[in-house]
Amino acid sequence: MTARIVFTVAALTLQEAARRRVLRSLAVLTITLLALSAWGFSRLDAEFGGLTTGEAKVAASTVLNLVMFGLSLIAALGTAFLAGPTLAGEVESGTALAILARPIRRSAVLLGKWLGLVAFGSGFVALAGLAQFLIVRTTLGYWPPQPAIGLALLAAQTIVLLTLGLLLSTAISPMASGIVAVGLFGATWIAGVIGGVGQALANDSVARVGTISQMLLPTDGLWRGAMHAFQDQTLFTQVGPGFGASPFLSQAPLTTAYLGWAGLWVVLVLVLAGLAFQRRDL
Amino acid sequence: MTGPTARLGASASLDVGAEEQPIADLPPSSAVWCSGLRKRYRRQTAVDGVSFTVGRGEVVGLLGPNGAGKTTVIKILLGLVRPDAGEVLLLGRSARDPQARAGVGYLPELFRYQPWLSAAEVLALHVRLAGVTVPAAERRACLALVGLADRAGDRVGGFSKGMQQRLGLAVALVARPDLVILDEPTSALDPLGRADVRDLLLSLKARQVAVLLNSHLIGEVERVCDRVVILDKGRVAASGTLAELLGRRELRLRLDGVDSAAEERLAAAGAFTRDRDSFVVALPADPDATTVPDLVADLVGLGVRVHAVEPARISLEERLLDILRAGPTEERR
Ligand SMILES: Nc1ncnc2c1ncn2[C@@H]1O[C@H](COP(=O)(O)OP(=O)(O)OP(=O)(O)O)[C@@H](O)[C@H]1O
Ligand SMILES: [Mg+2]
Repeated sequence: MTARIVFTVAALTLQEAARRRVLRSLAVLTITLLALSAWGFSRLDAEFGGLTTGEAKVAASTVLNLVMFGLSLIAALGTAFLAGPTLAGEVESGTALAILARPIRRSAVLLGKWLGLVAFGSGFVALAGLAQFLIVRTTLGYWPPQPAIGLALLAAQTIVLLTLGLLLSTAISPMASGIVAVGLFGATWIAGVIGGVGQALANDSVARVGTISQMLLPTDGLWRGAMHAFQDQTLFTQVGPGFGASPFLSQAPLTTAYLGWAGLWVVLVLVLAGLAFQRRDL
Repeated sequence: MTGPTARLGASASLDVGAEEQPIADLPPSSAVWCSGLRKRYRRQTAVDGVSFTVGRGEVVGLLGPNGAGKTTVIKILLGLVRPDAGEVLLLGRSARDPQARAGVGYLPELFRYQPWLSAAEVLALHVRLAGVTVPAAERRACLALVGLADRAGDRVGGFSKGMQQRLGLAVALVARPDLVILDEPTSALDPLGRADVRDLLLSLKARQVAVLLNSHLIGEVERVCDRVVILDKGRVAASGTLAELLGRRELRLRLDGVDSAAEERLAAAGAFTRDRDSFVVALPADPDATTVPDLVADLVGLGVRVHAVEPARISLEERLLDILRAGPTEERR
């Protein structure tokens, strides 16, 4: 009964994403980024003449991670700006009135929207990520060691952000929720970079900035895990401890505990969004 | 539970019984039953102790000035707004259970439908959400009923305002409801559309579908409603059948040569007002067949010259204005 409603709303959300301009803007941005990266990698290949040296591997991994960061940014922006309008926008415009007067629970509608957005965000990450891997393979002959895990972590990062976007959109206006979600995403990333610098300098209090922000909003933590899955595993031994400071290289894979926390975080925020939406006067 | 009962006055006696009954004993016959609804928005009290019922198959009009709380009451009934106090039953089920809305169709005051869907897709979506199966042909017939048959495949985003309201009517009717709640269903419609809606309401009435209709078009309400509930400042100012509310008849007379004896005779027929040679006598709800001829004969006998005699019924509009202008005192009448 409720499952039928959830899937109906999820399908509707996907249909909305497909029929609105968001999808076209996303496609244009993604293709631009992929084209740029193809050009960049072919230049890199011409410069180093293959991936024989450690230096070349560092360069390839860094650039791959940089481009993947661009993709994750597009995924984050896209879903955050879909999550806002789909809930807050419908409440604001009155579209939600006729829907929620049906014999359905608000939590089922929220879960359906979440599921639709998750499918959309994950689908985007999988497609664009795979295209990027193929580009790196044809230009440099490099294939990331754990592509599936990396993409899954990237999708998880997108899910964390869109869940946050949904929570925000139960309380504030559609545009504001998108902007705040992306702002927090950026802030956590910067905090992560600062934390990395702290680690490299063995300064505990600076390193803690990164750790704490990665707990509060797990986007950056998941992103670092994804980077680790994309980059060459022999890098760390070759380059040495100095590279903790690089924002586009990661020293360690994610711990299971952190993954568990990220999952719990998503559930908690989703429940919170459900409670806020339940109490909302339309 | 003290406020509303005491305040509603004579016309609310219909509802008083319901309010004191425990929920389990209620007759299953009411389409809407609500009691003691209260809602505050920050400092603004929108609804203050509203209770009323809509029987199965009954058409009830919800009237009142702007800001009286009509839309808020409707949203509370549908679970779209959380009341601060009060109880709602829809078609015999507590409105806390979403399934209570299974047989309810709703046209919101602010009607907007997914602009990226076509009209036919919007209806299909609502049928799925309502948990019923309605064949495509019936859905198409429903669109035809509101005059959108040839626009079924067009995106709602390209619809005019009136077309969106027509679509909203189709949405309210498509899942074979037993209760239809319409919040100003003709606010964006052309005169032809208004006539269509009137016919539609009459056909719903004929099919024993209960309707709660909020409208500022009193003529519309007067023509289709069995009963009206008049809200003012968040409270029920009056409620009852049209016959009860409009029961008072009056007699308009144009007379000259009226002396004190003639005035006494007029007063015996009912309270009257005089404006030079025009007299208006308020008659009881059910005057005897002989009341008017006897009065005229007696006046002639007293030497009064009778120019015109015109029996009249009070219109709902006049009555509404009466009630609203009289304000709070009217409630205790
Ligand atoms: N979301 C809201 N926030 C704050 N106040 C509200 C809100 N909705 C309604 N109100 C207040 O509640 C009161 C009743 O509003 P409501 O919309 O129910 O009136 P109405 O009878 O439907 O009026 P109209 O005939 O103009 O549609 C008004 O004073 C209004 O200001
Ligand atoms: Mg209103």
